[in-house]
Amino acid sequence: MITVRISDDAAALACGANAVAAAFAAAGCTVERVSSWGMHWLEPLAEIGGEGFGPLTPDDVASVLAGTSDKAIGRIADHRFIARQQRFTFARAGKTRPLSLDDYAATGGWAGLKRARELGPEATIAEVTQSGLRGRGGAGFPAGIKWTTVAKASGPVKYIVCNADEGDSATFADRMVMEGDPFMLIEGMAIAGHAVGAGKGYIYVRSEYPHAIAKLNTAIALAVPHIAPFEVEVRVGAGAYVCGEETSLLNSLEGKRGEVRAKPPLPALEGLFGKPTVVNNVLTLAAVPWILANGGAAYAEVGFGRSRGTMPIQLAGNIQHGGLVEIGFGVTLGELVFDIGGGTASGRPVRAVQVGGPLGAYHPPADFHLPFDYEAFSDANGLIGHAGLTVFDETADMSAQARFAMSFCAAESCGKCTPCRIGSTRGVELIDRIRARTGRAADKVEALPQMHNARKAPRTLGDEIELLEDLCETMKFGSLCALGGFTPYPVLSALKHWPEDFGVAVPGQEAAE
Amino acid sequence: MTDHDELDAILQGHAGREGALLPILHDVQAAFGHVSEDSVRRIAQVLNLTRAEVHGVVSFYHDFRDEPDARPVVKLCRAESCQARGVEALAAALPENPRVNVETVYCLGLCSVGPAAMVGHEVYGRLDAARLGALVESLA
Repeated sequence: MITVRISDDAAALACGANAVAAAFAAAGCTVERVSSWGMHWLEPLAEIGGEGFGPLTPDDVASVLAGTSDKAIGRIADHRFIARQQRFTFARAGKTRPLSLDDYAATGGWAGLKRARELGPEATIAEVTQSGLRGRGGAGFPAGIKWTTVAKASGPVKYIVCNADEGDSATFADRMVMEGDPFMLIEGMAIAGHAVGAGKGYIYVRSEYPHAIAKLNTAIALAVPHIAPFEVEVRVGAGAYVCGEETSLLNSLEGKRGEVRAKPPLPALEGLFGKPTVVNNVLTLAAVPWILANGGAAYAEVGFGRSRGTMPIQLAGNIQHGGLVEIGFGVTLGELVFDIGGGTASGRPVRAVQVGGPLGAYHPPADFHLPFDYEAFSDANGLIGHAGLTVFDETADMSAQARFAMSFCAAESCGKCTPCRIGSTRGVELIDRIRARTGRAADKVEALPQMHNARKAPRTLGDEIELLEDLCETMKFGSLCALGGFTPYPVLSALKHWPEDFGVAVPGQEAAE
Repeated sequence: MTDHDELDAILQGHAGREGALLPILHDVQAAFGHVSEDSVRRIAQVLNLTRAEVHGVVSFYHDFRDEPDARPVVKLCRAESCQARGVEALAAALPENPRVNVETVYCLGLCSVGPAAMVGHEVYGRLDAARLGALVESLA
C-alpha cells in the first residue's frame, strides 16, 4: 500500500487538494492529510516516500503512481526553495498531521513546556529574554521584556492573548501555524501562562479563517490534559482589520467596538478586562516552544544585528515561487525575490515590492540590497511588519496603489482619532485629483471674504503633492495607532520612488536622456 | 421554536461568559442571517447594556448586518497581493448578477495562490475570469 501525503492547508484546498486526495484514495492509496510545506506554487503537492509531485490535478494521479509524471520535483527536503531555509517554527511543516497528538509528541512536541515547568517561571522568562525574540506582529518589541512586565504586575488574574487577527495582505504564516501545527501555538501559550502566572489564554482569530478556527478548537480539546490547569479559548473576530491592533483587539474581546485605546496604560499592566495581559502574535508564541526546548542561546545564534532568530517570511503577489520562507534575519530583499522567489510570475521585470502588508512601504529594486532586519528597514523608511512581501511587476500603477492605501485606511479606520478617520478620506480625494492632473481652484468656503487666511489662488499639481506630503506627516505623527500612523508609508514611498506615476517630472531622467 | 425562543436559547448558551457580546452576535447572525432591531433590544436587556451600545458594536463590524440578505455570498479578495495577481481585471469583467452578492474582503490569507475567493467555508484560488464567472453562476 502506497502512502500519499497531501496538505489540508487552506491554500492547498483552494487549489483543489481535496479532489486530488480523493483520486489517490480511489486508486487504492492510503492518504494522509498533513500540513503544508509552504511551496504554494506547487499545491496541490503530493509526497510519496519523500518525493514530491505538483501541482497536481486528479488527472495526474495515474501517471504519478506509474512513475511517469512530468510533475515530479524530486526529494522535497532537497528542493532549493526548502534547502536554504532554517525552519524552527515551521520544522514540522509538511511532515505531520496537524491534529495528531502522536505526530506532535514524536517530533519534539511538549518538550518546551516540560522544560519550562522544570525551570520555573523566572528562568523561563530568562530563556525567552536571552533568545532575543521580538514581537513578530510587526512592532518588534522584545517578548522577554513584555513577559517580565506582566509577571511583575500584581493581581491574581492575568491573561495571555494571542493575536491571530492576521489581516495584512501577503501574510499567511499565522494561518499556516494554526492550520498546520496548532499544538505548537497552544504549547507556546501554556509556556507564557506558566511564565507570567496567567491561567487563561484567548486566541483571537479573524472570521476569514474558518479552517484555522475549526482546527484550533479541535486541537484545544485534545490538548487539555497536556496544558491543564491552563485554559485556552478561541474567539472569532468579525471582519474588522483594525482589531489586529492590540488595544482594539482587547476591546473586541471584551465585546466592545474595536476602537483603539490610548497608551498608557500598557496592556501588560491594564489589558483584557483591566487585568495584566500578554498580547503576542501567533508567530511570537509559536517560536517559544522551540526556544525552551533548545535554549534561548541556540535561537539567538541565528540572526542579524538586534533581530535574532528566524523570521517566517511570506512571498506573495506576482511571484513565481510564492509561499513560506523561514530563514534567519539578514537575508536580503533581492535574495528573497529572485533567488528564493524566482522573480515575477508574469515574467516581466519587478517594479515594486511592498514589505509588511497594507501599511508597509513600496520598495524599488534599488532597495534589494536591504537585509531583512527591523532596524535596516526602519532606516530605509519602511518596516518589515509581519514579513509579508507582495511583488508587483512593471504593469503596476503606483499612484493607484497609493490611492488604495488611503482608501483601505478609510474603510478600516476605527474612527477614534481624526488624522486617520478624516485624513484617509481627504487623502483619497487628494490622490484622485493628483491622478486626474486637474489641480484645484479655491473652493466655496475658501473663497468667502471672511476666510482671511484661506488660500485664494488655484492649486497646481505641485501644491497638491506638497499637501499630500503634509497630510501624511499629520497622519504619521497624529494618529493613535499604526493604521493611520503607517498608511503614509505606502503612500510616500510610492510618491518618492515613482514620481512619474503622480505626474511629477523626474529631473534625473531628463538629464540622462 | 419561535425566533424569540431561539434568541433566548442563544443568550442562555453564553450566560456567564466574559465578553460574550461578539460570540452572541455571531450566533444570532448565523441563526437569523442578520441582527434585527428586536434582537438588539433583547440582547441589550439580557447583557445589561444600552441598545446604543449593542447597536454600536453591530454597526462597527463588517460581518454583522442589520438587514437580511438571502442571496449567497462570494467573498472576493481584493487586497494588494490579489491585485498584483490581477483581481481588479477579474472584478471589472465579472457580469452583474442580481442573485449573488459578490462582496469585497481584504485578505483571505491565500496571497500566494490568488486571486482568491471564499463561499461559506469553501476556498478558491488561482481564479481567472472564466472560473470566477462560473463560480458566481453556479450559486445563482
